[in-house]
Amino acid sequence: MHQVPSVRTYVLVWLTLTIMTIVTYYVSKIEMGEWNIVVALLIAFFKMMLVVLIFMNVKAESPLTKLFAAAGFFWLILLLGQVAIDYISRTWMPEGKMW
Amino acid sequence: MLTPVTAPRRETLSDSHGAVAEHNPNLRHHFDTMEQQFDSATLGMWVFLLTEIMFFGGMFCAYMIYRSMYPAAFASTSAHMNPKWGAINTAVLIVSSLSMALAVRAARLGQQKALQILLLITIFFGLAFLGVKAVEYHEHWVDNKVPLIAGHWDYSNTEHEPNQAQYARQAQILFCFYFFMTGFHAVHMIVGVGLMLTIFAMARKGKFDAHYFTPVEISGLYWHFVDIVWIFLFPLLYLIGRTKELI
Amino acid sequence: MSTALIEPRTVETPNYLNAEYGWKSWLFTKDHKRIAILYIISITVMFFLGGVFAGLIRFELLTPQGDLVNSDTYNKFFTMHGVIMVFFFLIPSIPATLGNFFVPMMIGAKDLAFPRINLLSWYIYVVGALFALTAVVMGGVDTGWTFYTPFSSTFSNTFVITAACGVFISGFSSILTGLNFIVTVHKMRAPGMTWGRLPLFVWANYATSLIQVLGTPVVAITLALVGLERAFHIGIFDPAIGGDPILFQHMFWFYSHPAVYIMILPGMGVISELVACFSRKAVFGYSFVAASSIGIAVIGFLVWGHHMFVTGMSMYASLYFSLLSMLVAVPSAIKVFNWTATLYRSSISYATPMLYAFGFIGLFTIGGLTGLFLATLATDVHLTDTYFVVAHFHYVMVGGMVMAYMGGMHFWWPKMTGKMYPEGWAKFSALLVFVGFNLTFFPQFAAGYLGQPRRYHAYAPEFQVYNVLSTAGATVLAVGYIIPFIYFMWSLKYGEPAGDNPYKATGLEWKTSSPPPTYNFETPPIVTEEAYAYAGHGAKEGDVV
Repeated sequence: MHQVPSVRTYVLVWLTLTIMTIVTYYVSKIEMGEWNIVVALLIAFFKMMLVVLIFMNVKAESPLTKLFAAAGFFWLILLLGQVAIDYISRTWMPEGKMW
Repeated sequence: MLTPVTAPRRETLSDSHGAVAEHNPNLRHHFDTMEQQFDSATLGMWVFLLTEIMFFGGMFCAYMIYRSMYPAAFASTSAHMNPKWGAINTAVLIVSSLSMALAVRAARLGQQKALQILLLITIFFGLAFLGVKAVEYHEHWVDNKVPLIAGHWDYSNTEHEPNQAQYARQAQILFCFYFFMTGFHAVHMIVGVGLMLTIFAMARKGKFDAHYFTPVEISGLYWHFVDIVWIFLFPLLYLIGRTKELI
Repeated sequence: MSTALIEPRTVETPNYLNAEYGWKSWLFTKDHKRIAILYIISITVMFFLGGVFAGLIRFELLTPQGDLVNSDTYNKFFTMHGVIMVFFFLIPSIPATLGNFFVPMMIGAKDLAFPRINLLSWYIYVVGALFALTAVVMGGVDTGWTFYTPFSSTFSNTFVITAACGVFISGFSSILTGLNFIVTVHKMRAPGMTWGRLPLFVWANYATSLIQVLGTPVVAITLALVGLERAFHIGIFDPAIGGDPILFQHMFWFYSHPAVYIMILPGMGVISELVACFSRKAVFGYSFVAASSIGIAVIGFLVWGHHMFVTGMSMYASLYFSLLSMLVAVPSAIKVFNWTATLYRSSISYATPMLYAFGFIGLFTIGGLTGLFLATLATDVHLTDTYFVVAHFHYVMVGGMVMAYMGGMHFWWPKMTGKMYPEGWAKFSALLVFVGFNLTFFPQFAAGYLGQPRRYHAYAPEFQVYNVLSTAGATVLAVGYIIPFIYFMWSLKYGEPAGDNPYKATGLEWKTSSPPPTYNFETPPIVTEEAYAYAGHGAKEGDVV
């Protein structure tokens, strides 16, 4: 029914994912302050994209499937982002001032 | 709002529930074609995965807030995690995703033997993951890092960092999330292994061919999703404060 | 397809009700129509139970002193009323009953995409309901339906975990229903049934399903964390041990605000159908009404903080949520304007379903407008946690959704059962409901504005007159709900046989027999006309007049 990706493609993706895991492991030992978490999440994000697009074959799927896959990720961002708005902005107002 | 009349998008059976030529025995009566059935099943699994994203997402949200509130306490916990096990488990799951993807590919191509072997490999790695988790949980139990059970939580060993005891309450929150998140994840893995065993049994009975492999496809999607959750859990739970580790 | 005059068929013709007999044919059915009937029975039971608690609340509030029960018991009354009505009546109501029955028929399908998952979702609902009933019978829960921490997680002495389990489990029923509808609408439409020809009832249920799928899992995990905290004394939400109770509220309301749109969108879908049929006119601005359903579903996820303005949430977050809460009113208003425009210069008949539709339009508008007072930061500080809020949400939930449910049940009852209800009694009950509802809840706006707090079993004596009016209204309202229950049951045996299309409505469901056959359509329909092809604006020759 659909194009079937080659074994080579799958193995290449697997290799990339494994290498990125090793990178995550060793990069976490490098002191980067607040950027550590950013780098870790970025690497995880790329790994996720590889699994979604190639292993789950979303790259070859219909626009509808792509929309639903993207919507899931987007809704998670809505949850995390809007909750974060509260916590991040609680300290913006200096003590005792209205504005 | 008027739209022009379009041609029917697909052929319909002229008799809704009578036998017609080209009637795959796997076609359920409320569907018109195998393609419609396959598309519905995959869309249904994607919608289910959306609910799983939001389910785990709730825990990620709470974790995110507490980590931002107690960064030092959370960082101190990584001395009590074993990132080597975590990394190994990550690699194990990634390999299982490879074998799963190859299994789905074999199913599409009607390769019965390859399908069965690849399913077995996937099951093996899934069980290996669960085995490693059992070892880890046991290590935490022995090390008194289990906050849920009275008498098995003790954060006062200052082997790695002085003043660690003051972090005890906040570190306890991290350990709660560790057990909740990896626990829910492990439950999903167990369900996944069960699914794979069922699919394997069906494959052995010759239920799948190039025209019907829907259960393999949608189980594969589930398996990959559980892998993705772990891809995020690993850095967030295991690799928090490693820059300060003395090892 | 034109509609010739068809003689009413007797119930002996094969239909989904007489296809098979026996309890197994019902409890193991895969027919979406039978599953809808199972749901109707279950949620009716829960509705009357929730109503009993409402009666107990109103009884206590007849007098200013807390003299009927003590405050702990009163806390249990409003908690059980809320938990049952929200999670076990309103959330499933229209989607699991009328939606289950008619969404497949309206799109020309033989069933939903996943019939067995449909049955499973009913069983899950029943199990969840049993947990909730167990909590009631064992002594109740007193946390409020909102389960705020740390009271629910640490201090309450009632059966919180049992009740939370019931809600958690029934959440999966909701998720599976939503999942089923989404796939069905995408993949099971008959040839020619494009998105632009879907009845607005289908659009409404589709939008509702999106919310169910995206929001419910978050409240599930939140309640699971509360349960775990209660069981293991951990401290996720307990401030004494470093937890944050505001985080609970964020996660709880992330679902529970979109939940109120789950509780109103299907009702709006029903109103679109009723307004079109009983004004013999296509709904004005079809695409705007359809798009507004999706708009409400999406924007509904961006506003939950308006439940938390006085909790200590940051002022900047409050500004954000307040602004977006104003925005979410716009698509709802679009619907009201479009229904009104549909009515303009149309041929209105005052059948019972239409009476409920008129009630909805007026009462939902009042409820929606009073929401704006609550979305505005300054006035919310004064009005929050008063009876103003209680009145606001009952106007939208009861004056809105329950009226739509009654209207829909009356509209489609002949199709589901093949019997007509007695029109005289039906109109009288609709009137009782309207009068009783307003008498119950309008005084609560005044009482709340003047300062009567919610969730208190006693109040200052100057509020008594409002409370007496309210309790009197509640009695009338109760009668208004009981009478239809009686005549619906009566009609099953003694009602006039309904024809295939007693209201001469458009829509594929009316082209089948009443009751419909098990597989819905003898031959799969091919759709060539727009929705609501009534004579009047936009109709063509041969359309239904």
